[in-house]
Amino acid sequence: MSAIVLLVLGLAGMAAGYFLYSRFIATRIYRLDPDFQTPAHEYEDGVDFVPTNRYVLWGHHFTSVAGAAPIVGPAIAVIWGWLPAFLWVVLGTVFFAGVHDSGAIWASVRNKAKSVGALTGDVVGARARSIFMIVIFLVLLMVNAVFAVVIAGLMMNFSSAVVPVWGAILVALIIGQLIYRRILSLPVVSILGVIALYALILVGPSVPIQMPAEVAGFSGNAVWILILFGYAAIASMLPVWVLLQPRDYINGLQLFIGLIVLYGAVLLLNPTVVAPMVNGELPAGTPSMLPLLFVTIACGAISGFHGLVSSGTTSKQLNKETDARFVGYFGAVGEGMLALAAILAATAGFATFADWQAVYTAFGAGGVNAFVEGGAFIIHNGLGLPEATAATLLTVMAALFAGTTMDTGLRLQRYIFQEWGEIYQLKWMNRNVPATLLAVGSCLLLAFGAGGASGTGGMIIWPLFGTTNQLLAGLTLLVVTVMLVRLRRPMWYTLAPLCFLLVMTIAALLIQLRTFFNEGNYFLLLVDIVVLIAAILVAMECASALKRSRAEVARQE
Amino acid sequence: MSDDSDTPDSRRERLRAWLSQARFVAEEFYSARYRGAIARARRDEDDLFMLLVFSEMMGVPNPAAYYTLELQPLLLERFHDWHRRMGMERSPLDHFRCC
Repeated sequence: MSAIVLLVLGLAGMAAGYFLYSRFIATRIYRLDPDFQTPAHEYEDGVDFVPTNRYVLWGHHFTSVAGAAPIVGPAIAVIWGWLPAFLWVVLGTVFFAGVHDSGAIWASVRNKAKSVGALTGDVVGARARSIFMIVIFLVLLMVNAVFAVVIAGLMMNFSSAVVPVWGAILVALIIGQLIYRRILSLPVVSILGVIALYALILVGPSVPIQMPAEVAGFSGNAVWILILFGYAAIASMLPVWVLLQPRDYINGLQLFIGLIVLYGAVLLLNPTVVAPMVNGELPAGTPSMLPLLFVTIACGAISGFHGLVSSGTTSKQLNKETDARFVGYFGAVGEGMLALAAILAATAGFATFADWQAVYTAFGAGGVNAFVEGGAFIIHNGLGLPEATAATLLTVMAALFAGTTMDTGLRLQRYIFQEWGEIYQLKWMNRNVPATLLAVGSCLLLAFGAGGASGTGGMIIWPLFGTTNQLLAGLTLLVVTVMLVRLRRPMWYTLAPLCFLLVMTIAALLIQLRTFFNEGNYFLLLVDIVVLIAAILVAMECASALKRSRAEVARQE
Repeated sequence: MSDDSDTPDSRRERLRAWLSQARFVAEEFYSARYRGAIARARRDEDDLFMLLVFSEMMGVPNPAAYYTLELQPLLLERFHDWHRRMGMERSPLDHFRCC
């Protein structure tokens, strides 16, 4: 199977989704109105509510939602063969993610740009809102713990990336100062920043930095995880313009360049997909594809995290309601393209089937390393870039994404603790340092509590991240569906994805429950039970909210 | 046949317009996501400053005095700029030496 065929089919599917299906959803279901006064105009304050150019807003939305997850998920899921992952990414983007993301923006814009959490309270009920708070806390906890493991793994396996990954932080700090103090104009700084970043990538392979196998009783991997949490704690307390803003910016530029390089290399090289269409020789211990595929690939198909971004910041900056289609739906397509690139790298980036099999020896063994190795193979053969440099490029891309998500995740977790401090009148918890320490502490507890001395607890709970994240998506779809019912519009286009997600999530949780019980892993068993209870409550809330709304509509008629 | 839109001048003009558009988009891409957070931080600082100035003016014991300590590094720089602008080489206040 030629990788170009896969690429063209995937892109064509997503393009058809955007041009045909999203038009149908936008005009017939959400009925986006160009004359509707959006909250960005109604409450324009120059702080939160600012009407923004739709291309700029798309750039923001896309780079905010694209983290390491659309790379990690598909690169793990191809263990079941390329076809299931490919189909779920393409169809998931078209029929699930696009509808979900643009729906979240629409629902928020029609309700004074409230966040999906607040909307859940208003539209569905107070109980659903409490579930929402628990789910969002768990998602953030898992994101931070998982991404620390992902970056630490990359640092251990690709020592050439250590200099560029940490150097990128220095570059961001410097360009932040240059821009903030108006020493140079933004376009000049952008060009210099990108040149500096790529110079570091070129230098990286000649100065590899390898963490010793053991430091003070901790493995090298665990030491990286501790360093990363230390870094994220400091970064999350700095003012945003110092590090986060320039870092996100340079990261966004890098993402566009990385995608162009990878797709360009596939087009020039036309590699063969060596992975099987459907893998009949699964390594021992690999869980069943159904339902695990649908929770392993969350971002890249459908992800609840997108709903938070859509209703949190994007909806407050939407210039025209009709832009929701471009920003929301096309934002999801952008992430689908990233996931497609990950699938191509992890299935076509190996010389033979045996090479591929040697990497995919167990469930979770492929992951981001397969993306880096496979992608480097394609770029090396397609564009002639040295393999070490190409690997460094992709490692930096993945690590920077995970790093910025960690900064933001820890910052958000700190806010949650501060909010609890306010609710329960615990003044000490209101302050920055104790709240940050609590956030880092809870992540460390998960990383080292579930994973032991290696600190890899984050990776063990990866499938739980998928289920929790999908629950969040379910809650957002529930809000949109209830709104549609009240407006007497067709609800099946959001209700069908919602039901599918809930069934798959609950099935996956039940399967994992048995596995954790058999393994005697009581920590994960506990987390699983919490998520399962939340999932069942969401399902019941769905049924009762829809019944209530339909009865209300019937009464009015 | 010569077309107005193809003269070197108009081409330069178009290029300039395109570059300024690209610059606008880049600047927005850089700042839009953090506009709110930075504006909020600035507003907090201004609020504190306002409280400080008003309480001084009205002779009200200043409730913000304790918190202004954390503003000192920022105020120091501004204070320095201020006395230089006013034509004084050195700080005019004996108990507040900035340079």
